Amino acid sequence: MTTAALAVPATRRLGMRSSLRRNRRWALILSYVFLILFAIFFLMPPYYMIVTAFKSDAEMARMATNPWIIADGVTLDQFRILFTQTDFLIYFKNTAIVTACVVVITMVISVLAAFALGRMRFWGSGILATGIFLTYLVPDTLLFIPMFQIVKWLGLLNSYWSMVLVYPTLTVPFCTWIMIGYFQSIPKELDEAALIDGAGHLQMLFKIFIPVALPGIIAATIFAFTVSWAAFVYPMAFLYSSDQQVLTVGTVTTLIRGDVYKWGMLMAGALVAAAPPLVIYAFLMDYYIAGLTAGATKG
Amino acid sequence: MCLPLILVIVGLIVYPAFYSIHLSMLNKAQTRFIGLGNFRFLLSRDTFWMVVEQSAIFALSAVFFKAIIGLITAHLINNLPTKGQRKWRGMLLVPWVIPLALSSLAWWWLFDPTLSAFNWVLTGLGLRAIPWLSDPYWARFSVILVNVWYGAPFFLIMYLAALKSVPEQLYEAAAIDGANAWQRFVHITLPMMRNIIAITVLFSLIVTFANFDIVQILTGGGPRNMTHVFATYAFLLGIRSGDLPLGAATSLFMFPILAIAAIFILRGVRKRGREIG
Repeated sequence: MTTAALAVPATRRLGMRSSLRRNRRWALILSYVFLILFAIFFLMPPYYMIVTAFKSDAEMARMATNPWIIADGVTLDQFRILFTQTDFLIYFKNTAIVTACVVVITMVISVLAAFALGRMRFWGSGILATGIFLTYLVPDTLLFIPMFQIVKWLGLLNSYWSMVLVYPTLTVPFCTWIMIGYFQSIPKELDEAALIDGAGHLQMLFKIFIPVALPGIIAATIFAFTVSWAAFVYPMAFLYSSDQQVLTVGTVTTLIRGDVYKWGMLMAGALVAAAPPLVIYAFLMDYYIAGLTAGATKG
Repeated sequence: MCLPLILVIVGLIVYPAFYSIHLSMLNKAQTRFIGLGNFRFLLSRDTFWMVVEQSAIFALSAVFFKAIIGLITAHLINNLPTKGQRKWRGMLLVPWVIPLALSSLAWWWLFDPTLSAFNWVLTGLGLRAIPWLSDPYWARFSVILVNVWYGAPFFLIMYLAALKSVPEQLYEAAAIDGANAWQRFVHITLPMMRNIIAITVLFSLIVTFANFDIVQILTGGGPRNMTHVFATYAFLLGIRSGDLPLGAATSLFMFPILAIAAIFILRGVRKRGREIG
């Protein structure tokens, strides 16, 4: 009686375990199937960008051929036209200058401020930290019209230096916010030790905080870089002549002239313009993702 | 040390925000104070109400589908063996990394009226070609589709990070108690992730509601102004037509909605900060 009662659950459990394993295998296969479907959806536009950029105009005009593949052979013609017959390289240079300036300005401002807010308690520091987070949530589309007037007063309309002035509004609040989080995670004992050894505040910042919080600094730098590289509203509103234009607006509006869209050249331009953020992402993915998720989890 | 930060925040965010309110109460030439005249004018226009409607449809449906797709893909990736997760995560985040203006251009090309690659597939399957951007309702669908494509990876990353932070013991305990996958999801995963889901949804709501790039590039607000959202309509009135005060008034209509979302996000982030400790 007792042996029978014991034996039954034992076999049942064995059967259950193998069915569990089978279930898990099915779940895995299903996961892969659906992930492949989602990957197709997510990667289709960039894939099509690449296919178009390396295709000849003649092939593109033929409506019968499959647009999703390159049938007539790969050509670099589109890139040649892009680099020699358009202002694309000027846009690229302008964006590079603006982005470099904005990244440096952003990092200096936000590291200094985060150091102060993360370590020293002073009157209004709590309110200021909250204020930073709230300003991060103010979108550029709410500010671009009054900003237009301000830029006009300053005489910077249609100059890419106005971008160096206004992009920090997009980058500084978030970068400061995540740097506060990183600095606060540094143990207090470290700065006490430094103070005992006679280090000043600036020495403490450069010798301890910046090296220890380096992952945070890399994440914030990547964020500032990608945001100013991709910004669209401000240049769209403030810049109109070709020699001052930046990549995003230049590629999207200025390269489109006339009735016939040169899609091969446009996609070549989009590809080159999207390359720097993609390369950074490919090499520094973990920092990129850390910066992305830090906004909601730190602070 | 905070001085540069305060200068940026006050000079370039707080001041323009208040200046925007003043600007919205001037006439077109900015010579005369007309009180709430611009707001009254907007409220009397059918086009403006269409913008309100479309902004709401655009933001709510896009955020809804982003959240669902993000949740599904995050779970799918979490199911995989740890080794492969990185690769999939890296691949699915690509839409978020490409500057939105440039990927919108690629979508425009995919939607091209004569050479659309989608329509090539559809007609190949014996279906009818779809007027992606020339029919008002399809155009509304298209701009939402592109927004979902762009934003879903952000949800994926946030959820995946949150899923990793749920203690494994909870699932083990539930499995021993005989809970099935759905019960584990509803009674463990969802409550543990509630806060992060709320933050992500509200944050995405702000970004989507204030979106400019997609609509401006794909449709420019057309056909028949049916796809305009607040940002593109403000751009049309303020910059294109040169009526800055009217444009400022239009974008100010976004403010109450954004402010409410921002307050809730702040509460959520504070709570989460306390939970983590």
